[in-house]
Amino acid sequence: MSTELKPGGGPLGTEEVGPPENRANSAIGHVLADIGKNGIFIALIAVLVLFAILTISPQGDSILLRPQNISNLIVQNGYILILAIGMVLVIVAGHIDLSVGSVAAFVGAISGVFAVNMGMPWFVAILLSLLVGAVVGAWQGFWIAYIGIPAFIVTLAGMLIFRGLALIVLNNSNIGNFPPEYRALGNGFIELAPIELGVRSSLDLVTLAVGALAIIGLFVQQFRTRVGRAKYGQDVEPLGFFVGKLVLISIGIGLFFYSLAAAKGIPVTLIILGVLVLIYTTVANRTVFGRHIFAIGGNRHAAELSGIKTRSVDFWLFVNMGVLAAIAGIVFTARLNVAGPQAGQGFELEAISAAFIGGAAVQGGIGTIGGAIIGGFIIGVLNNGMSILGIGSDYQQTVKGLVLLLAVAFDVYSKRRSGGSR
Amino acid sequence: MTTNILEMRNITKEFPGVKALQNVTLNVARGEVHAICGENGAGKSTLMKVLSGVYPFGTYEGDIVFENETVQLGNIRDSEAKGIVIIHQELALSPHLSIAENIFLNNEIKGRFGLIDWGKANQEAQKLLARVGLREKATTKISDIGVGKQQLVEIAKALSKEVKLLILDEPTAALNDEDSDHLLDLILSLKGQGITSIIISHKLNEIKKISDSVTVIRDGKTIETMNQEEITEDRIIKDMVGRDLEHRYPDHTPNFGEEILRVEDWTAHHPTDPTRVVVDHVNLNVRRGEIVGIAGLMGAGRTEFAMSLFGRTYGSKITGKVFKAGKEIKTRTVTEAIDNGLAYATEDRKNYGLNLIEDIKRNISMASLKKLERLGLINDGEEFTVANQYRKSMNIKAPSVLSKVGKLSGGNQQKVVLSKWIYSNPDVLILDEPTRGIDVGAKYEIYTIINRLASEGKGIIVISSELPELLGICDRIYALSEGRITGEVPIAEASPEVLIKYMTMESPR
Repeated sequence: MSTELKPGGGPLGTEEVGPPENRANSAIGHVLADIGKNGIFIALIAVLVLFAILTISPQGDSILLRPQNISNLIVQNGYILILAIGMVLVIVAGHIDLSVGSVAAFVGAISGVFAVNMGMPWFVAILLSLLVGAVVGAWQGFWIAYIGIPAFIVTLAGMLIFRGLALIVLNNSNIGNFPPEYRALGNGFIELAPIELGVRSSLDLVTLAVGALAIIGLFVQQFRTRVGRAKYGQDVEPLGFFVGKLVLISIGIGLFFYSLAAAKGIPVTLIILGVLVLIYTTVANRTVFGRHIFAIGGNRHAAELSGIKTRSVDFWLFVNMGVLAAIAGIVFTARLNVAGPQAGQGFELEAISAAFIGGAAVQGGIGTIGGAIIGGFIIGVLNNGMSILGIGSDYQQTVKGLVLLLAVAFDVYSKRRSGGSR
Repeated sequence: MTTNILEMRNITKEFPGVKALQNVTLNVARGEVHAICGENGAGKSTLMKVLSGVYPFGTYEGDIVFENETVQLGNIRDSEAKGIVIIHQELALSPHLSIAENIFLNNEIKGRFGLIDWGKANQEAQKLLARVGLREKATTKISDIGVGKQQLVEIAKALSKEVKLLILDEPTAALNDEDSDHLLDLILSLKGQGITSIIISHKLNEIKKISDSVTVIRDGKTIETMNQEEITEDRIIKDMVGRDLEHRYPDHTPNFGEEILRVEDWTAHHPTDPTRVVVDHVNLNVRRGEIVGIAGLMGAGRTEFAMSLFGRTYGSKITGKVFKAGKEIKTRTVTEAIDNGLAYATEDRKNYGLNLIEDIKRNISMASLKKLERLGLINDGEEFTVANQYRKSMNIKAPSVLSKVGKLSGGNQQKVVLSKWIYSNPDVLILDEPTRGIDVGAKYEIYTIINRLASEGKGIIVISSELPELLGICDRIYALSEGRITGEVPIAEASPEVLIKYMTMESPR
């Protein structure tokens, strides 16, 4: 990608630079470039295929791909994915948050006090709990942004502090019996128009409709982006390749929603997750705040000297993480219908792993929410697939650790090869 | 006729976009002090990095013959094993370790069971310190001694490695006269002990004083090697600058308007030592369309002045007044400074100016995202268009504005920095070393851009270490010494001699 000057060429000022290598011209080239760019996406498919084959039941179908299991995958991993959204932003800014598991437990406990012990209406309890999450985030953000203590230390302390506070709030026991609306956040499903198919199965039309809408939305959005890029004279992929890719993704989405429709319908957790992903992808890519996060992660000094209020960005980043940890805590509590003192243990590690498997850079400045979500799904499929196979948690942990290590190693390797080191 | 200890033959080294060295040849005789001269970016440091294994064998073309043997140096350890030791401009000492610990870093004296024998290490270090004439205990922490003494520790460290060829990259740049003299005497005394030295320096009087021969490099090529009788400052300058001196700066017809910026009594103190005055009651002004230079030696407080002015990004206890077009403004934060029409392009692009892992587009928009915001969202398309306009108007050589800035050459990176600030639409641009580390052709382009900005009615302040540059592009030059303005010279009266006189003036206290 160097812009070599021709020896003996005219004065340096007058030379126009030709297009780079013809990398953009063949469909095969595009596939290769895309594998490089979307390595984790392909890794997710590989893991899915692997476990789909490994979990083929005596009846001949794959247990992993059974509609009920696909539905479970979402519900079981939703809270990790919600945390991963915030975590990837924290990591992009060059920080880390070790406290999210404890904060989730703490907020879960608080919400139990509000919703069960104090008998508040469920939505008041939830709003107050989110506020508590924001305050927790502000507390940590204050030490990190304004006092200048490394996030590692502040959130390590937070991990202990909020676990302790969760125990204090719960007085070492559990709070159960949440109101049904609250519980729906974790294990509710939206199924409005099931049609019966045979004796034991049914398909929900609304779920299918949502799936169809998602596919249409994807097409519209992708085409608009493509037209926009072309209008501004940016490179676009060849049409055939572009459409082929969209069709493949659409088939994936279609199968996914078909599974949900065949199971219990759309999980409420998926709706929460979908809304959050849409909001945060926009925040990360299209808002000043989001851009500032990437600028700070890429070069903090340069960001400061460009007028970016780095402290304020750091502070609000942790407030945001606190709110997302609160949402994760509520969803988890709702799913179990219990706020327990041991809730959320290890969540921080799964969320951090998801962000890194999803391509976030340890030095900051690089990372995507989509990547973190896919990273989270890879971990989720590993967990789920290995559990179906009856592999104990001892081996599960080992495998997950190795996957994290290899994913980051691959990332470092491919970046070095493309000359992007430094 | 002495034999050569080192022959570098036809060394060529390329970086993406730049040929840093082209067929450079360097012959160094055993036991001499050999100076290498050249402008910034001429390729001196690159050549020394090739020699010391920083750029390993295989990344350059040509041969290195050391002690009559062709060598292939894969890394710094290889070159040190041969007795070639380089002391970089930025000292490579660990501030929280002791002198002895630094001297034997990665070269530790092992005692029984492979453990470090600190008693012996301290004793040996003390002997080395005596050899370089440094009266400090070997157990003193590096952070507790000054830069001059640290430089001596570096030399002691080199001696501990049984150095045959010592390379010093601008060793006196950060030293005061006394420390410089001591260092130069030391180099001569090492010569007496049979150690060959290569010294890279900008200070011609220094070179004349201690070197046995001088090689001049310009634009990555060897111009000539002079022996002791041939060395004159004029000849070195002529070689360094080249014959096309008159065409190195674009024509500039000044067209001054109203005063756009005035700074009164600007004073700033050291950030961690508030008793030290770093910028001392500086008064200056700039008119629309005027290019004003600030000259000063390293440590004179040029950058410190600019950064303290630009959102107090340097210093403590900052006082003084700033007026824009006659009206007092505040510049307490960078945002406030930018909003008030100031821009500051840093001397250190890579660490303070750019996000190297991001693309050109996002670097250009970084200081002005608000302009691209529509209903809370950034207009991507407009951002692309804007960046593309700058790519064309500033002649940024890159395949597209989506290219990562880290992959561009220094000159193109600097154009990105300038684009960023021009897009923020300032009235006054402070450009700190705008052409540092940039090749000659790109320098010309940067000067043209500076002229264009001035003709558009902006006020420009250029800070530079290169006097020819200031003389070539400025309309008026302030000289700064020890944090004070010691002279203000219109371009018609300015010459290197006049400026140096002011730059070295001791302020009356």
